[in-house]
Amino acid sequence: MSDNIIEVRDLVKDFDGFRAVNDVSFTVPARRIFSFLGPNGAGKTTSIKILTTMLHPTSGVVRVNGFDPVTQQNEVRHSFGIVFQDPSLDDELTAYENMEFHGVLYGMDKATRRARIKELLDFMELWDRKDNLVKEFSGGMKRRLEIARGLLHHPKILFMDEPTLGLDPQTRNHIWGYIRNLNKTEGITVFFTTHYIEEAEHVSDTVAIMDHGRIITHGSPDELKRQTGASSLEEAFLKLTGSAIREEEASSTDRARQRYHRMHH
Amino acid sequence: MKVIYILWLRQLKRYFRSKARLVGSLGQPLLFLVALGFGFGPIFQKAGGGNYIQFLAPGVVAMGILFTGIFTGVDIIWDRQFGFLKETLAAPVSRLQIMLGRTIGGATVATIQGIIVLLLTFAVGFRLDGMGFASIVPAVLLMFVIALLFTALGTAIASLLQDVQGFQLIMNFLVMPTFFLSGALFPLEGLPRVISDIASADPLTYGIDGLRGILTNSAHFNMYTDVLVSLIVMVVLVAIGSYLFTKIEI
Repeated sequence: MSDNIIEVRDLVKDFDGFRAVNDVSFTVPARRIFSFLGPNGAGKTTSIKILTTMLHPTSGVVRVNGFDPVTQQNEVRHSFGIVFQDPSLDDELTAYENMEFHGVLYGMDKATRRARIKELLDFMELWDRKDNLVKEFSGGMKRRLEIARGLLHHPKILFMDEPTLGLDPQTRNHIWGYIRNLNKTEGITVFFTTHYIEEAEHVSDTVAIMDHGRIITHGSPDELKRQTGASSLEEAFLKLTGSAIREEEASSTDRARQRYHRMHH
Repeated sequence: MKVIYILWLRQLKRYFRSKARLVGSLGQPLLFLVALGFGFGPIFQKAGGGNYIQFLAPGVVAMGILFTGIFTGVDIIWDRQFGFLKETLAAPVSRLQIMLGRTIGGATVATIQGIIVLLLTFAVGFRLDGMGFASIVPAVLLMFVIALLFTALGTAIASLLQDVQGFQLIMNFLVMPTFFLSGALFPLEGLPRVISDIASADPLTYGIDGLRGILTNSAHFNMYTDVLVSLIVMVVLVAIGSYLFTKIEI
């Protein structure tokens, strides 16, 4: 076996006659930071949902940490941590209780769980606030808590779907600092999507660009820039995907994004 | 077991933390007890029905359980809206465990609510006939069965709904009729045929009648029939709720 922690071959996902993911193949080497870019409706979130057992593929082969997300759900679920596109914390519980809940669901014994919660909340600088209800947290604190929670059960892979959406540049910077640090110290593979292309350029080892359900290119940020003769990844991205605005049904995240833009512009 | 326990604990924590909801949900039963209990009391007495508070109290206790049970079941819609459902569904545990933990937790909350309402009924003059204080234990057990039944029903409905818009519909076409047509407020004797048939098809009817049998020794049906019907409907609804919950897609 190669050192690829994620392998996808000829992946297809249809929704009532609409092909969201169209014959996609890619691999992610272990311990790397991999970003998945693409305009709205490109099929990024659908792909993540398939990798994380939330959706079944129409056809194709998927391996996550060597396991099949369709037939080996529990093994795959133990292998990854996830930060969803939308918030997914229980606001009525404290930060610590959210972590405890996760640890119990993932079958961690009490001693390991408590030690790891302390370690991660310290790392994310949330330990002082552990007994506060999550509804009192700022957006950045909630995101940090979600990342800490995603890492609690020692996953090999951390999936993050637009982890920095709606956060100010300071907070985004801060969060990427943590994640790069984790990638180095724990050797965790990071797989994320974002619309902030400059963010992807800074942190990714490999970038894959997806559009209309297909992967149109992948490589290191430098390779993609060279390939398109662009001076930044954002420019390369626009050259590759065109500047037409994509329409898709508004998901709750898009509505959140619109609200955010109205508030901040 | 640990998974079921942590989900159960979560429901209880959420319940005891929202003091406003806790106090607010006692307003309605109290209003029913005071306004209807004292308002219709004299007429009920004249018509030969006896003490109306004695008749009404088990019905209002069951109302508290019905509302709380359905709402904690329907909570899944909120968890879906606020994203927490994804966290539980992405975890390496079976959906059945999640559903059972939530439902038992919700039913525990509904039972506690029922016990609080029962204490309120004592304050407005309700007295235990028949077995006296010995009736409290079987009454609480039956309350728990009723609570499981309606929490599972709420879970089943919530599994089919995508968002909170359908909520008003449930209130007006399910919860209210279930309560008003159950014999909580009026005796089941001498009713028009249609109403009597509807009441016999309403699971809450048997729950309330069973409570009346236990607390005041005045069941319309046989008390054991009441308990048996409640148990059977509860098991069926937990099965349906579990099935629908495993089919949720996010």
